[in-house]
Amino acid sequence: MPAEIDFLLGDTLDPYPAAEVLVLGLGNCLIEDEGVGVAAIEYLMHHYDFPDEVELLDGGTSGMGLLDDLRNREHVIVLDAVRTGHKPGELVVLKDAQVPAFFRSKVSPHQLALSDVLAVLTLTNEQPGKISVIGVEPVSLKTRVGLSSLVSRQLKPMVEEVILQLSDAGYIVTEKPETSQKQDYYPKQVGM
Amino acid sequence: MSKRIVVDPMTRIEGHLRVDCEIDGGKVTKAWSSGQMWRGIELILQGRDPRDAWVVTQRICGVCTTVHAIASVRAVENALKLEVPLNAQYIRNMIITAHGVHDHIVHFYHLSALDWVDIVSALKADPKKASAIAQSLSDWPMNSAQHFKEVQAKLSKFVSSGQLGVFASGYWGHAAMKLPPEINLIAAAHYFQALDYQRKVNQIVSILGSKTPHIQNLAVGGVANAINMNSQSTLTLERLSFIKNIIDEMGDFVNKVYMVDVAAIGAMYADWTKYGAGITNYLSVPDLPIDTKGTQFELPGGYIKNGDLSTFKQITNYEDAYFEGGVKESVKHAWYKDNKGPLHPYDGVTIPEYTDFQDNGKYSWVKAPTFYDERAQVGPLANVLAMVAAGHEPSKRHLTRMLDMVGSVAKTKIPVAALHSTIGRHAARAVRTAVIHESLGHQWQLLMDNIGKGDYTTFNPPVFPKEEVRGFGYHEAPRGVLSHWIVIKDGKIANYQCVVPSTWNASPRDETDKPGPYEASLLDNPIADPEKPLEVIRTIHSFDPCLACAIHMVDTEKQELVRVHAVGAQCGVSF
Repeated sequence: MPAEIDFLLGDTLDPYPAAEVLVLGLGNCLIEDEGVGVAAIEYLMHHYDFPDEVELLDGGTSGMGLLDDLRNREHVIVLDAVRTGHKPGELVVLKDAQVPAFFRSKVSPHQLALSDVLAVLTLTNEQPGKISVIGVEPVSLKTRVGLSSLVSRQLKPMVEEVILQLSDAGYIVTEKPETSQKQDYYPKQVGM
Repeated sequence: MSKRIVVDPMTRIEGHLRVDCEIDGGKVTKAWSSGQMWRGIELILQGRDPRDAWVVTQRICGVCTTVHAIASVRAVENALKLEVPLNAQYIRNMIITAHGVHDHIVHFYHLSALDWVDIVSALKADPKKASAIAQSLSDWPMNSAQHFKEVQAKLSKFVSSGQLGVFASGYWGHAAMKLPPEINLIAAAHYFQALDYQRKVNQIVSILGSKTPHIQNLAVGGVANAINMNSQSTLTLERLSFIKNIIDEMGDFVNKVYMVDVAAIGAMYADWTKYGAGITNYLSVPDLPIDTKGTQFELPGGYIKNGDLSTFKQITNYEDAYFEGGVKESVKHAWYKDNKGPLHPYDGVTIPEYTDFQDNGKYSWVKAPTFYDERAQVGPLANVLAMVAAGHEPSKRHLTRMLDMVGSVAKTKIPVAALHSTIGRHAARAVRTAVIHESLGHQWQLLMDNIGKGDYTTFNPPVFPKEEVRGFGYHEAPRGVLSHWIVIKDGKIANYQCVVPSTWNASPRDETDKPGPYEASLLDNPIADPEKPLEVIRTIHSFDPCLACAIHMVDTEKQELVRVHAVGAQCGVSF
């Protein structure tokens, strides 16, 4: 972003200052295994406590709406359903040099998906320092809330990979006490 | 010889739209719009608690999360005849208008401007000349030669490094690109500025909705925001002041940049006022309720026939029988079991029956809605025309300003009729942005005044009867009329149908084989190069396509974007 814009907008107070690390769950939880990234975020939120430097976000199927959330992060960990040619239900972890190739796929003229949002952030020099992808190959994509049994068995390994990556970077994640855990992940219960 | 081109997928994040065109003599002679994915979301809702419906429906789409949530709570409230406290209406209205401003700015600058603006050409611009042009159109402070020079240097760096990123797939140098380099540079600079402003205005949705992309503050009967001017965990004076600052900043961008850019670009593509009209029956609904019952609205809506504003019939309230009775959906050309002709949404049946793509039979997952058996276009153009027909002062004022600006650049008088076109839809969207931005400020003031009177109520608890009740909720969303229809029995959802804006616009032929708005708008569009059908993309993008069924899986396999082949032959060109 040009310094001129920053100056013009001024230092209005930002109610949500960005954490260093963003763990971003993506997907549509109405389309079975498509929602695995969102389910993993819910699992993490319900079972673990995170330090202030780590933010968890259920990004759903947003594209451009995530621009603000992805700006100026040191590390973004993306959780999503992926198609990389592995077997259905397999866990896929992509790091460092594997990631750019993964996001290179260009899908449609002028429509912004995650890869495009990252490209926009490159233009404004606000791209994340590092991106990793923790994905699961989908087994079934029917219109239904909930994961296939094969994919739901990958939630735990997916989540453990997140915690491993965070602890490797020096962030301490602690498990919540058993009693405060909730078993149902989504859709969220409406609090009244 | 006629050629057939297939553009697939036309959008990504919001599902899959496939558009087929037959091209003969350099123009489109036939078109088909096909939704390539079955929603079936309604089936998920059956048997659920109606209070949870909005949580599920806002997952239908990644772009329109907020709008489905709003339409859903309104449908349930309508079924229960539940009044909504004033504060809740104002807070919802602020979320609606802030989301709308955000959505329209993103659509113009980041999703469709590059159909008209040639980024590579901007490198040849003279920044001083660009600055002089920009300053002759607007007193926006960030139109300096220095700023344009910096933007140009940045673009040049990206182009020379081969890292075009988001700009990589543009049709640079296409014969249909007509803007002078200086205008391209101005637009490119504003593309970057818009990134920042869309982010700003979205903060209002974040603050009031507690979270984006999926807001969490709604409830059937009101909102979950507690108002207490002194408590940090609630909606405080500090937060409301922060919101007011953003509203003021956004006004400058909308009126001095977005409106002006659309006018200038529109004037230079004046030939595009001749293409893309399509269906000129326009449907929109009133929005921003300012009473508890939904009988008074800040923004009017209604139905206009054949583009004639004198035919305008107003839709007046949440019980409106004219709206409720007018909507039907046909599945004659959609992949569903055909039953007894077009059905009202309360009686809607959604049983999939896939046949393959049949040019004269079934070819889409989208149903074909009609309003009193006529095809209707929805969206900002429909909304602006209705508001003007209803005599809404801010709409008339902003539209007049837009037409005057276009006229002064094009050096000719621009009639309202020019809006019935591809470029007209962009102009109407900019006008609507200015209108709803003004409403955002007004709703903020109404909220402050009401809190000032000591009213802190934000929620009326719903009560569900044993017997069956029905209701509908509508919302004038960024892409047009959105309606949710619900049947509740014994406190559970018995039937649920969403008639989304893109159902109206992207639908296939109807019961009497009349084409839908996308299909009709493509007819006679010029096509300079069938292998680079930029003109098709321009017209479809002018509707702000969104197929409300987002699938978001990251796919590393390269997808084919455009297939071109001679009719009846299998050979093709793909890229």
